[in-house]
Formats: sequence, structure tokens, C-alpha cells
Amino acid sequence: MKIGVLASQGAFIEHIEKLRQLGVEAMPVRLPEEIEGLDGLIIPGGESTSIGRLMRDYKLTQAIRDRVKNGMSVFGTCAGMILMARKSDDAYLESPGLMGITVRRNAFGRQRESFETELNVPVLGEKPFPGVFIRAPLIEQVNGTVEVLARLADSTIVAVRDGKMLALAFHPELTDDPRFHQYFLEIVSGRD
Amino acid sequence: METGTWKVKTGLAQMLKGGVIMDVINPEHAKIAEDAGACAVMALERVPADIRAEGGVARMADPTVIEAIMKAVSIPVMAKCRIGHFVEAQALETLGVDYIDESEVLTPADESHHIWKHDFKVPFVCGCRNLGEALRRIGEGAAMIRTKGEAGTGNIVEAVRHMRAVMDSIRELVNTPQEELMSKAKEMGAPFELVNEVHKAGKLPVVNFAAGGVATPADAALMMQLGTDGVFVGSGVFKSSNPSARAQAIVKATTHYNDPQIIAEVSKNLGEAMPGLDIKQIPSEELLAPRGW
Repeated sequence: MKIGVLASQGAFIEHIEKLRQLGVEAMPVRLPEEIEGLDGLIIPGGESTSIGRLMRDYKLTQAIRDRVKNGMSVFGTCAGMILMARKSDDAYLESPGLMGITVRRNAFGRQRESFETELNVPVLGEKPFPGVFIRAPLIEQVNGTVEVLARLADSTIVAVRDGKMLALAFHPELTDDPRFHQYFLEIVSGRD
Repeated sequence: METGTWKVKTGLAQMLKGGVIMDVINPEHAKIAEDAGACAVMALERVPADIRAEGGVARMADPTVIEAIMKAVSIPVMAKCRIGHFVEAQALETLGVDYIDESEVLTPADESHHIWKHDFKVPFVCGCRNLGEALRRIGEGAAMIRTKGEAGTGNIVEAVRHMRAVMDSIRELVNTPQEELMSKAKEMGAPFELVNEVHKAGKLPVVNFAAGGVATPADAALMMQLGTDGVFVGSGVFKSSNPSARAQAIVKATTHYNDPQIIAEVSKNLGEAMPGLDIKQIPSEELLAPRGW
């Protein structure tokens, strides 16, 4: 199994380290030809405007869309989730639009509103998942086939899945908990 | 829900990695930076080259300027306070800036003490010339480190010196036997726990950016190849003849720092870089990097 991590900008090394700890072959992706042959792609946290422009300028947007049509799984965290959404409040963003979700950027406010909280995620078992939210987006709306995996106490949607697409508003790569990465690998291998 | 934790402070810096943070003095500049793909902006009244030229006491920017820039862009906004000036830092925290740079570019308010940054919910970035200085700042609560370089000169030589000094010391600590770490900590004037942490991890416990003298795409890529996590560009963008093109080129060079073909391509037709200064021609009392300790 080969997983790429989009390395245009952001916290991509953290994801690569997590995948390698799980014994998976992982590599950074900056150019379209590096997407060929991947079973899965992670779009990391970072600044979605910055990542989005580099994806556009180096023709990654279309390459990702094409590869997804041929069965590649995609996992987005924070900015990665914004880039997977069909709709966001960033009018300039040219995203691959991989999921039927509507997101709002910086939805909780600025850095002083960044927070940590424990999340109840039934698909990962009973133990709560450590949620690290940094200038985080939220999911305002989901389309019919999208499954909600986690909500905050006030019922805000923060984790979703649609078939081979997985998106989180927070950062599992900043924690010691590997369960979301394991869950993604199960999606990639078709075991879930 | 817990805010202002060490994890969210250092975490925001991790999200900025592989990116370029640009100095801006008004909302128009901030928009140009954001459109070029900057991952954050530093809100200032004057860029370092102008501070250097004008002399006098350089202070925290007018909050009106900072707030206008915060309104103009959706990316994180940083702002500078003077070394040791914790009240400027309190004011910046209240304004809601996303990161505070306790910066030697401004005139120091305290010649002996930096701010105790653990008291704040907003994260801080601080400059360093070597590993000891970096670890002292982290000990005080800096959640991100940058080289000092020599700001406002368009000359990369000091940033290279500082980056090499930090990386050399990290390599040395990794190979230092445990029983010698305490005298290393004494020698470096750095907290033992952090020295020990670097020895074990082989890297700084926080993100480390390059700053001070970055003027071209190749400068940015040079710092990335030397092992920095990202790049600050101060006067380099808006003191050049074509800020928008140069900003985009530096962003691309920072991402593709290991791809000489792309570096060459983005370096074409950028017009004049900012005017450069030879460090040796600057009187020693006008150097910025020795400010702080």
C-alpha cells in the first residue's frame, strides 16, 4: 500500500511519520506525476489558501480528481477538509471538490479560540479521541451519502466520511493516537 | 474545551510549515501576500529596511493598522512587540493577533529580560542566533523559533550563519553522551530539560523558521535545504520592484526547494530585488541581531 501526503504547504511531515509508524509506505507529493500509483492521499492541515494556490499552479487539482475517479482514497484534516469540500466560504479557492459538504473556514474564531477537547467517535470505539482544533473550520451542511462520524457537545459536525473520502476539522497527526490513521488505512484497503 | 494550550500554540506553527510569512504594512499589501500564497502575514507600520533607514525608537504598530490587516485577510496575522515589553504583548493579545513576534527588529524595552511568554494564551515566536538562545526562548514559552538573520539588509549571510549554528549544535547534542549533557547545558546557558529533549529527539521541540535577509526565491530555498521549516520575508517582497511576482516566486521556491528546475523557472523576470547591504559596512551599534541574549 502506498500513501502520498500532499506537501505543498502545512503539517505534512507529521502525517508521513504517523503512516510510517504504522508500517505504511508514505511519501510527500508536490507534483501531479507523484500522484500516479498512490492508493491513498492525505491532504494535511496548513493554510487552505496557500495549499489551494500551489495545487492550482502545479496542476494537482485535476490530477487528484482523476485519480479519485480511479479509486484513490483521500483523507483531509483541517485545511485538507476545506480543500475536499464542494462548497466553502472561500470564493477564490479552486478545490478538487471531493465531498458533498459545505464548510466554513476559521469558524471558531482566531488563534485565541483554538482549543483541545475530547471527542466521542463511535467508529473508533469507546475511548474518546483527543481533538486538537487550530483556527479550525466546521461542517455546516452534509449531502445525502455523507456519514457524520463525530460532533462537538453543541452538535457541530467535525468529522465525516463518504465512501473512500474521510475529512476531519481537527488534527489527529498532532496527537499520539493513531486510530484515525488506522481507520483511513482500512478504508484504503477496502476492509471498511 | 481548553484554549491557549501548549499543543495549540505549537500546533499553529506546525500548520505554517513549508510556507512563507510576509511583512505587510497595510491591507493592500496583506491582500497581495495572501493572493500570492503566503501562509501568514506580519502586520507592521514599517518594514525592517525602513526602520533601519529612519533610526529612532521602533515600537509596536498602531492597533488601527493591525486591525485593518486582520480584517483584510483570512490567513493568520502576526504582530511584533519589543523585547521585554510585556504590556505591548498584552495589547496585541487583546487585539486578537494569532502570533506575537518578540522581535529584535523593534528597539528593546528591557536589556536583561525577555517576556515570560507562558503567561499568555497567544503564542510567541522569537529570534535566535544559536541553539542556546533558541532553548532559552522556548524555556520562557516561545512556541516557535526563527533565526534572527540581519533584518532589512536583503543579505542572507547572517540567517545562514544562525541556521548553521543551530543545526550544528543539534547534531553535536545528538552525539553527546548523557553524562556530558549537564555541562553542555551550562555551557550553552540553556535549560537542561530542553537540552536533554534535543539530545533525544535530534530536533528542536518547536518549529524553526528562517528570517532576516531573505530577498530571492533561491534565498528561501537555500534556507529550506539547510533545514528550516519555513521562511519569513521582511522587506524582501515590498521593497522589490514587483512585489506580487516576487511573493509568488518565493512561495513556490519554498515548496519546491529541492527542485532546481522550478527554482530557476520562478526566478525569471522578477525585476529588481530589494537593495542589499553588506553587513560589514553596518556600524556594530546598528546591528539588530545582537539585541536580546
